[in-house]
Amino acid sequence: MLGPQAPAVEAPLVIIGREGNRRLVMAADAAALSAGLRIGMTAAKAQALVGNLLVEDLRPDEDRRELERLGLWFLGNYAPIVAVDPPDGIVIDTTGADHLHGNETLMLTGMINRLHYMGFAARAAIADSRGASHALARYRANPLLVVAEGGTLAAVLDLPIAALRLEAGIVASLRTLGFELIRDLEATPRAPLALRFGPEIGRRLDQILCRVAEPIDPIRPPEAIEVRHAFAEPISAAETIARYVGKLVKTICGLLEEQGLGVRRLDLLCHRVNSGVQVVRAGTAKPVRDVQRLTRLLCDRIDTIDPGFGIEILVLSASRAEPLDAVQSVSSLIEEPEADVSGLVDVIANRGHRIYRIAAVESDVPERSFMLVPPLAEDDEIGWPIHWQRPSRLFLHAEPIQCIAPLPDHPPVRFTWRGIRHTVKRADGPERVFGEWWKRDKELVAVRDYFSVENEAGERFWIYRQGDGEHADSGSGNWFIQGIFG
Amino acid sequence: MQSRAPTVGMEELRERIESLGGSGLRKREVLPFGIAEIDRHLPGGGLALGALHEVAGGGNGALDGATAALFVAGIAARTRGKVLWCVTRQDLFMPGLVQAGLSHNRVLMVECRDEKGVLDCFEEGLRCNGLGAVVGEVARMTMTNSRRLQLAAEASGVTGIAIRRWRRQSEASDYGQPTAAVTRWRISVVPSEPLPVPGIGRPRWYLELLRCRAAESADYVVEACDAQGRLGLSADLANRSPSQDAWAASAGR
Repeated sequence: MLGPQAPAVEAPLVIIGREGNRRLVMAADAAALSAGLRIGMTAAKAQALVGNLLVEDLRPDEDRRELERLGLWFLGNYAPIVAVDPPDGIVIDTTGADHLHGNETLMLTGMINRLHYMGFAARAAIADSRGASHALARYRANPLLVVAEGGTLAAVLDLPIAALRLEAGIVASLRTLGFELIRDLEATPRAPLALRFGPEIGRRLDQILCRVAEPIDPIRPPEAIEVRHAFAEPISAAETIARYVGKLVKTICGLLEEQGLGVRRLDLLCHRVNSGVQVVRAGTAKPVRDVQRLTRLLCDRIDTIDPGFGIEILVLSASRAEPLDAVQSVSSLIEEPEADVSGLVDVIANRGHRIYRIAAVESDVPERSFMLVPPLAEDDEIGWPIHWQRPSRLFLHAEPIQCIAPLPDHPPVRFTWRGIRHTVKRADGPERVFGEWWKRDKELVAVRDYFSVENEAGERFWIYRQGDGEHADSGSGNWFIQGIFG
Repeated sequence: MQSRAPTVGMEELRERIESLGGSGLRKREVLPFGIAEIDRHLPGGGLALGALHEVAGGGNGALDGATAALFVAGIAARTRGKVLWCVTRQDLFMPGLVQAGLSHNRVLMVECRDEKGVLDCFEEGLRCNGLGAVVGEVARMTMTNSRRLQLAAEASGVTGIAIRRWRRQSEASDYGQPTAAVTRWRISVVPSEPLPVPGIGRPRWYLELLRCRAAESADYVVEACDAQGRLGLSADLANRSPSQDAWAASAGR
């Protein structure tokens, strides 16, 4: 239930499912958990414990459909290989795709933030194997965890055996035998375990420790535009791959043109002979249908493909396509239009560099007065007030300095920064910046007094005092340096 | 006094060298500083467009790059089109650059993981001929790097400016190493002129032209960029740089 009929956020809510003949609590929100309810409790007991408990029935089919929709969203926004892992997981092969988001940590942070805005509480982990990520996301991530390459073994050994994706019965029996952690299982000879429990334990252990490959069966959007080329003989040379990429891009651009679309995310999937898929994802800032540009974006990253024993199928898929109509270019006699730089933006972004523009935010606190916007965003019309001189370099974290200054509102006479003493020859100020009380209660009376000072050599610094110099509650009276003028 | 005859020879010789260099096919465009003393000294009457220039700060400016950033912003402000600014650590304060005339809507910031990435993006930007200027903040730049950049700039006509900025003062001696840049500048701060009232006036810079292709080195004291990115003439500029008179005479002006 959403909209006005939605239940209050504070009201405890549980989802009730059926297991055999019993009705059990399958999921509970934070309010219900803090009221003492636990997952696995019977529904009757839960309702007896909490008076105003909201109860919803478990609808596994709807959950599954919703999860698949979420999977498609990930496919369009993050990586080309995405699979759903019911009941509540999504598996993403991020290899070859994280560069569009900066790095792995930035990608996960962004992912969790965006899910949060969509109303999901998510946890995520990146590790070398699917098994390890699965386990770490559920048992260690809070809410995110990135395991460096090669660090998987150390990261998973201390997880409980329930993290191994074994049947509940096997886990219970292993507990009875005294196994608690994956470390215990790893140190035990395999044969007796296999004799008693079957091959499952060994297989899961090998999967989590990257000893055997575990394929991901990716979901494909039904309407995706896709072209493929199967080779009679596997190919592996970079030049050959580049040539066929060129051909595939040409074909896919033809298909896109028929539908009036341009790509935002273009994936090249290289199916290798010895199993496994290598992926190159190219992202663009605007819908693009230009053969040359798309070929260039993909060919730029061919060196990241490991062909193994050879590639037998190349698939090119437009995972995210948006309408792109032909626009008549207006010729103006008065001034020539500004050149289009979206090609350059795409090339730079696909090499894994961050590209952005800076726009003004209406705030007097310097470190809050700007934000990063996409490179092709609309021009920012606000701008900053220019009647006070501003430094050209700003320290995001102001550095403390030792200062000698007459109170309350005179500029300092001399100050020491990084062990060097500067004598102030000329100064301007104070410029008082008040705290933003609507952001945090602590800033209600906080004040900063900014001064621009010039030392005997002509160097200029932007320094401030925490507090107005008279009232102790407005700030500590300590001095900081925040910027350097040119 | 120099005689008139060898002056004509110089002009001819210069033209011949230009045509040998390959860039003589197109008339070199320049961006004047608007200060006669400097423009008269620079070949062509201003800062060459479609070329690579190097800028560094003097003293502590070699580490913080604050002065160099403003000087470069002033140059970029007077070009047309977007400006690509490649850095490894982003500490530019955009309001400061706006005060030097460079609109924040024109600046595309690129944050790279390492210096190699900066040089990579720098070159990529110089190959794209829709930009006004490309700025890269690098510490190390070898002859090979700079020649690649210079060739890319010549081909596209986009001006490239490398801000040399080091992490330690001891590394700043790297600025003596030769590169393929057309000009090399060092900008240091000097105390501003005292105002009749308390407060600080317009900042003044000591501008050193350390190296310039087809011209001698020189130095000036100027006032910092105004809101249109133009440098101001400092009161005592007239008394400086005897070398520029010699140049003016040799150029026949």
